[in-house]
Amino acid sequence: MHKIAVMGDKDSILGFKAIGFDIYPTTGSKDEKAGLLNSLAEDGYALIYITEDTAVDIMDEISRYRSSYFPAIILIPGSKGSLGIGKRFVKESIEKAVGADILAHNE
Amino acid sequence: MARLNVNPTRMVLTNLKRKLRTARRGHKLLKDKRDELMKKFLAIVRENRKERELVEEMLKDVYSRFVMARALMSDTHLEEALIFPKQKVTLKASSKNIMSVKVPVFEFSTEGQTGDDIFPYGFASTSGELDGAMVALQKVTPHLLRLAELEKTAQLMADEIEKTRRRVNALEYVMIPSLEETIKYIVMKLDENERGNLTRLMKVKDMMLEQAHHYKEKMAQTE
Repeated sequence: MHKIAVMGDKDSILGFKAIGFDIYPTTGSKDEKAGLLNSLAEDGYALIYITEDTAVDIMDEISRYRSSYFPAIILIPGSKGSLGIGKRFVKESIEKAVGADILAHNE
Repeated sequence: MARLNVNPTRMVLTNLKRKLRTARRGHKLLKDKRDELMKKFLAIVRENRKERELVEEMLKDVYSRFVMARALMSDTHLEEALIFPKQKVTLKASSKNIMSVKVPVFEFSTEGQTGDDIFPYGFASTSGELDGAMVALQKVTPHLLRLAELEKTAQLMADEIEKTRRRVNALEYVMIPSLEETIKYIVMKLDENERGNLTRLMKVKDMMLEQAHHYKEKMAQTE
């Protein structure tokens, strides 16, 4: 059995608590966020959603988990709207595999 | 292409030929693997992109509803309403094998209250906007999980494709040409040795015949 965590600013993620996800509000420094992410990953969370606003600071930490099987770290837009980082991740995957974003016209 | 540093002997030649055969077969297999991975990857990534757009759209809706709810309720009230969830989502993560890439499959089940009654609060002290937000959020959940599955799969497959492509290229442009060149070099060297040996034997034979029959002297006498 695995757990689902949601990280981000409190205003964005409060609702997820009600549908049964574990929420971890954080607005602290870069190190604090990175530390939280790492401890969640070690804690057996298979799925960690992070709001894009929070993710911007800790891109290095996130990309560290990219090629490992667990946890899956998925960016979701925060309450301030999408920053396009999540979409960029998809684009990066395509570019890595194909060499160029051949599906770019879909955007 | 650089020739391998080996002794030009028959034994090395046999070994190299065997290596070349293996390399060719490996190259063909890896190429097939790469093509198939690419096919599957593109299908997944297309879906991934569609799902992401959908989720971002839906979440935007959820957030706007929450903003309304927050405007009408105090922070403490809102928090109090949501802090004790009625349902619990449990996630079962299993793995699936796509062309030897281990990818996650998420199955989730909700425990506790079933049906439409998802509100973990009484209606007396909360605003109606919060209900709308909760329903919208409830609808996004399956899509969120599907998105997670697709996105992780796409990432893992992209890694594998990159690795496979590198291997294919290494075999195609480095390993196989250098093996071919070395084999050619050894064959030529062996042929050259063979020719050298043959001429030497012919020369020796001439000398031995000369010793036995003294052709040159006889030729001189007849003149």
